[in-house]
Formats: sequence, C-alpha cells, structure tokens
Amino acid sequence: MLARAADALFWLARYMERIDNLARLIEAAQSMAGVSSEAEEWRSALAAAGVDELFDEVYDEVTPDTAARFLCTGPDNDSSIISCLDQARINARAMRTALTRDMWEAVNQGWLESRALTEQHFSSARLAETLDWVRTLSTRFSGAYETTMLRNENYWFVRLGTFVERADNTARILDVKYHLLLPRESSGVGGMLDYYQWTSVLRAVSAVRAYQWVYREEVQPWNVAELMILRPEMPRSLRACYDGIVGCLEELSKIHGGKRGECHRQAGAIAAQLRFGRIEDIFQTGLHEALTDHIDKTRELGDQIANLYMR
Amino acid sequence: MLHTWARAPPNAAKALALRRRSDASSRQMRNFFDDMYGTDGEVRNAYAAIAAWLADTPSDVLETKREEAERLFRRVGITFAVYTEGGDTERLIPFDIIPRVLDAEEWSLLERGLVQRVTALNRFLADAYGSREIVKAGKLTNEYIDNQPAYCAQMQGVSVPGGIYTHIAGIDLVRTGADEFYVLEDNCRTPSGVSYMLENRAVMMRLFPELFARVGVAPVARYPQDLLATLRSLTTPIGEEPCVVVLTPGQFNSAYYEHSFLADEMGVELVEGVDITVQDKKVYMRTTDGLKRVHVIYRRIDDDFLDPLAFRADSVLGAPGLMEAYREGNVALANAPGAGLADDKAVYMHVPEMVRFYLGEEPILKNVPTWDCANEGALAYVMDHLEELVVKETRGSGGYGMLVGPHATKKTRDAFAKKLQRNPSAYVAQPTLALSTCPTFAGSVCAPRHVDLRPFVLSGVDGVRIVPGGLTRVALQDGSLVVNSSQGGGTKDTWVLRSNGNGR
Repeated sequence: MLARAADALFWLARYMERIDNLARLIEAAQSMAGVSSEAEEWRSALAAAGVDELFDEVYDEVTPDTAARFLCTGPDNDSSIISCLDQARINARAMRTALTRDMWEAVNQGWLESRALTEQHFSSARLAETLDWVRTLSTRFSGAYETTMLRNENYWFVRLGTFVERADNTARILDVKYHLLLPRESSGVGGMLDYYQWTSVLRAVSAVRAYQWVYREEVQPWNVAELMILRPEMPRSLRACYDGIVGCLEELSKIHGGKRGECHRQAGAIAAQLRFGRIEDIFQTGLHEALTDHIDKTRELGDQIANLYMR
Repeated sequence: MLHTWARAPPNAAKALALRRRSDASSRQMRNFFDDMYGTDGEVRNAYAAIAAWLADTPSDVLETKREEAERLFRRVGITFAVYTEGGDTERLIPFDIIPRVLDAEEWSLLERGLVQRVTALNRFLADAYGSREIVKAGKLTNEYIDNQPAYCAQMQGVSVPGGIYTHIAGIDLVRTGADEFYVLEDNCRTPSGVSYMLENRAVMMRLFPELFARVGVAPVARYPQDLLATLRSLTTPIGEEPCVVVLTPGQFNSAYYEHSFLADEMGVELVEGVDITVQDKKVYMRTTDGLKRVHVIYRRIDDDFLDPLAFRADSVLGAPGLMEAYREGNVALANAPGAGLADDKAVYMHVPEMVRFYLGEEPILKNVPTWDCANEGALAYVMDHLEELVVKETRGSGGYGMLVGPHATKKTRDAFAKKLQRNPSAYVAQPTLALSTCPTFAGSVCAPRHVDLRPFVLSGVDGVRIVPGGLTRVALQDGSLVVNSSQGGGTKDTWVLRSNGNGR
C-alpha cells in the first residue's frame, strides 16, 4: 500500500483516540478540582497534555474555564479536541478509499457536528455533556473499524495508531497525579484528598469497577499504578497497549515477507520490560520518571514506525 | 388532484392536452425536439415504457423517490465543488430521476460517429506532434498549430504508445431532431463526469428495479474494467502485471470524488505528487514495502502541473523528472500531455476536415457551424448578429466567459461586444441550437428541459471502447440552455435500449 495511506490511517486513528483521551483528562481534572477547588489540578492536566507552556503564552492565569476551553477548542492549541477532529477528518478525506463507509461516516458525522458547537458547549454547565459526546465519537470510530475493516494492511495501521496513542495517553493521564503530588506537603499523601485523586484517575479511564474486581480493597496508589502500567487484563494499561503494538507489527512483518525494522526491536524491548516489570521497582526509581521514560520511548517508537513504513 | 404531466396516460390525445398545459409555462419549448414526444406530441417508441410509468406514478411518489435519490447521493458523498474552509464545503449535483432514453439504432449511429471522430482526433494529434502531413497538404499552417494555447512544444517529436494521445475523451453531443446530432465540444485532456454516469445508474437501479425489469437497458458497469484494460494496453509486455495508478491533485480538487471513485473501482492506487518519485528515468511510488515501479499513470492533473522541471516550476502536484521518464518510454501517461490541442475551440472547426483527411470518410457526427472571430470577415458577421449567437472563449470551459445572445440583455451584449472587439482571436461564435428537451421532474410536475450528452470514448493500443450511454446533463432552469454543473445544471441517467421497438 502507499506509504502516505499508511501514514494517513495511522494518524487518523491516533487523532480519534486522542480526542477520547483528552476528554478523559479533562474529566479527571474537573473531578479532582471539584474537591480541592484549586487551579493546581488544571495546571497538571495542561502539563500532562503537554500544552502548559503554550497555555502560558496565551493566558495569564489558570482558571477552570480557560484551561478547559484551551484543551477543548484552542485557540492556538493544535492539540485541542477540535483541532484533533479537524486533523482526523483531513487524514480520512485524504485516504477516503482506504476507509470503510462506516469509518468515514463516523469521522465525517463527528466533524460536521463539531462545526455546530458554540462557546456554550464548553461552559462548565455543559462541559460534561460535550465530553460525553467526544467519547462517543471515538467509540463509534473504533467500533466502525473493528467491525467493518478487512484484516489487511490498512487495518493493522489503524490499530497500530490506536495502541500507540493510547499507550502515550495512559502514561500522561497517570502522570497527572504526579504533578499534583510533588509540590504538596506530605500531609496530603494518603489522606482523603489523595484517595479522591487516585479515584479520579481510575474514573478517567473507566476503571473504578475494574479496580474492585482485580484488587478487592480500597484504592491504593501502587495498585492503581500497577493496574494502569502492568496489568495485561486492563485494556488501557501500558502492558496491554504494547502487547497490541507488538501484535500489529508482527502482522505487518508477515505481510511484508518477514521484513522487520528498528521499530520491531524497540516495541519488543518495551513489551518485555512491561511483562516482567514489578510495580515496587517502578516506585523505587520514581513513578514520574518511569512514565516520562515511557512517553519518550513511545514517541521514539512512532518515529521508527514512520521510518520503516511511511517514508 | 388535477392531472399533471406526470400522471398523463400514455394516449396521444391526453398527452397533447397536457403538453399544452406545460407549454403555457414554457412557451418557447414548442419549437424544440422532445426526446419523449418528438415534435408532434406522439410518444416515441423508445419512451413507451417510460411514458406508461410516468402516467401510472403519482407525482408525490416521484417526489419521494427524488428525495430518496438525494439522500443516497449525499450518503455516498458524490459531491463536487471546491472544498472551502468552514462553509458548506461539498455540493451535490442535482439529480433528475426521469431517465433519458436512446434506442439501439440511435446509439449505434452515435457509437460509429464517436469512434470515427476520436480516431481522427488521435490521428491529428499524432500528426501535429509528428510529421505534420496536414500542413504539408495545405489544410492548416504550422503557425496555426503552434499558436494554439494547448499546444505543448515539449511533446513535439515524442513517440507515444500506439500513437494515441487522448485515451479518455468526452464528446459533448446535442440533439436537434430525430436524426440530428451535433458535436458541441470535444474534451480531450481530462474529461470529468464518468463517475456520475455510473453512480446515476446505480441509484436508478436501486430506486426503480421494476423499470429495469420492464425495459431492456444496456449496462454501463463495465466502464472501470474497460478503462483499466485501455490503460494497461499502453505498456509493452513486461512479464509482470503493469502497475497502473490514478494521479490526483488531491482532496481539495473539485473532481476528487471522481478520482478516488475510479481508482477504487479499478482497484489501483490513487496517488498524489508526493507519492511518486523519479529515479534513473523511471517512476516509482512510495509504499509501505519500499519503492514500487509505476508503469501507467492516469493523470487527472493538468499539463502545466505534471513536472516542475518541464512545465511550471512552482508546481508541487506532479513529480520532477516525470516528463523525462515519459519521453524515455518508461512510463505511459493518459491522456498524453498536449492532448488538449485537439479540443481547443478554434481547432474544433476543422475536425470534419480531419475525418476526411486522415480517414478518407465523411463525418458521421455533425459540427455546429462556427465563426472564428480571429478572422475579420467572421468577426464582422458575429458583431452584427450577437443576439442570435452563442459566443465562447476559445480557452473557456464550464460555461464561464460565454454570451448566450438570445437570452442576454442588450446591456450585457454591448459589454460583451467591447470585450470581443478588444481581443477577437480569443472567441468563436455559433448559432444557438434548438437543443432537444427531455421530460424532467421539476419541482412537483414533469416539464421539458434542455439536455446534452457526454459519452466517454476510451482509446487504447488495442482498440476503442465505449460503454453504451454517457452523462446526460440537464438545464434545470426553465428555458435555460446552460447545462454545466457549475451553472446550476443537473444530471440524469442515460438509457440505451438493448433493442428497438417498445422497450423490448
């Protein structure tokens, strides 16, 4: 297939996955801020999305309103939900023929609806409803490709994009908590607030029930981290994402007569590390450091995938 | 509810009575040949089944079907018009659900005429870029050829596969009487519209399966396979399947839907300039498995943008070095660069002569008499008869930059006369033809509307292919003669009957 087609499908999937995760990130920040009512939570969400510096160029101070708006619609934020949706549609339209009709309709319909959004939809009164709509879009897209695409090369690039983006975002969502922890006095750790914040992280990835099923005890930081980093049965965990990435790369290698590249080696190495890693060790070296490392490695992996298939 | 045209029973007396009704709303229609009613108001044989169907079908049912057709077109995304930021980006071409019917005999005449005409056009192109026998014979001058805007100097002396230049030609035909067909325009560069021909048929088959069961309609669905076979014929056998691609300027082009549709239907890659690269005078596309050799390019970008080294240096739509690879014979281009030479409106006048000169035959399809305003005598005549004539820019297309004399106000004509006087050689003029009409579902009733027809002629090294039919364009405005989609025209399905007689 065309290198540009692989690139368009990969990024289409990444953008559609990213809007879902941005919505989750904003929900986490909103629900944490609901308890402490401080700007801290919003700043951490901006930092986790990687746009805190950009934000400071546009706004003087962080308020729930400005932060949510910046993450949702920009302006000047290429990583906002609306910008991502625009990018998704541009990629989809560029490779219309590589998409199934259901996939195209999911993207196009969402994009058309986004045109009709007003300032009102991002006000605190209606934000939750709008974020629900965003997550529905993303779900509709992944449902469409899972149920309608031929299992050919196109499919594996879409799936690869989904997993790469999800791995990146899971690390970022978990890292929100780090940004909150550090500057606080130790009295916060282990207290009600701390408990509530970890629960918010779980809620952001729709894993409150999952946590109960796996651990059957009250919410503990190391359990939450383990669930989201190492647990194979947790679909958004780094481990599950990397197992998915390795699987996609295997399929692509088969299609290309066994050809492999640096991306195969890197993905395999990270997957092995996650498979045999222990949460104690991760906390030992520092959760934030481990997550930052993952975010960097995932970015590097994306570059290597592009090097092998998309140039 | 009173009888409308749509409800008219097929007997002649009623039909005539109803014709009067519709004539009241569009009086000027009386002098035109109607595809369904001819000139005498009798339903023509080819239309017997359609007339009966229209008589049996209440107009509210037709309206429901029309709405359903529109929904189908919108869902599939069969759109045109340039993508603009923000607004209503993709427009739908209005679709009329009443088909235009040609019987087998009519089609057979058109088909022979089309093969003859396109063969002559290709012979002319090969000659113009080759030894110029037509100049040696004193029919045209070298200056005449060299000065045409679409003449491509880089193609002079280049040998192309099979000596064929226009592989996909769209010939615009109009009808003025039972046996009177005229060629209005030859489109030899990259004619659009074939996706509408195919989608119109698909939608009609979905909406009216019972009609297809009743009327024997010749299928058009094999067009994409014919196109692929034509493109493949342009390569010499290479021991492997030749790699064919469609080259598009990209998603912001107004015909992008058609480009992706054809690539999809043929099962080949739709590439943009960034996807192809030229190395060692060979063309490759970038795939996930590395560079892959490309043998044939159905290019849907204009000559000027094909190769920044040969044409416009600022273009990023094509690929640097493409022309050199082409000249070396390492890749085939359809249509050949410079093929537009044969469809310049000033060249059009000479096509009947070309048929006689190259083929030694009398032209089957007629030309519309044309005045070349570059000629002083012709200009004087045109200036004196502006209110009878259609004046067109030789380089114009899409219905822009033209004057329809009889429909223009005196003020418009005077303004146009000034433009004409300033630069006469940029214009040609033709009499306004009495274009035939076709029953068209306009609003809530059927009314006659002017139509034209663009069949698509495929010329490969292995011969000429035409699917029976084409794109019928219809002027939806009452009395309007302009059928271009950019000017508010619509389209309808074109049915060629498998045999003559009452639809059987």
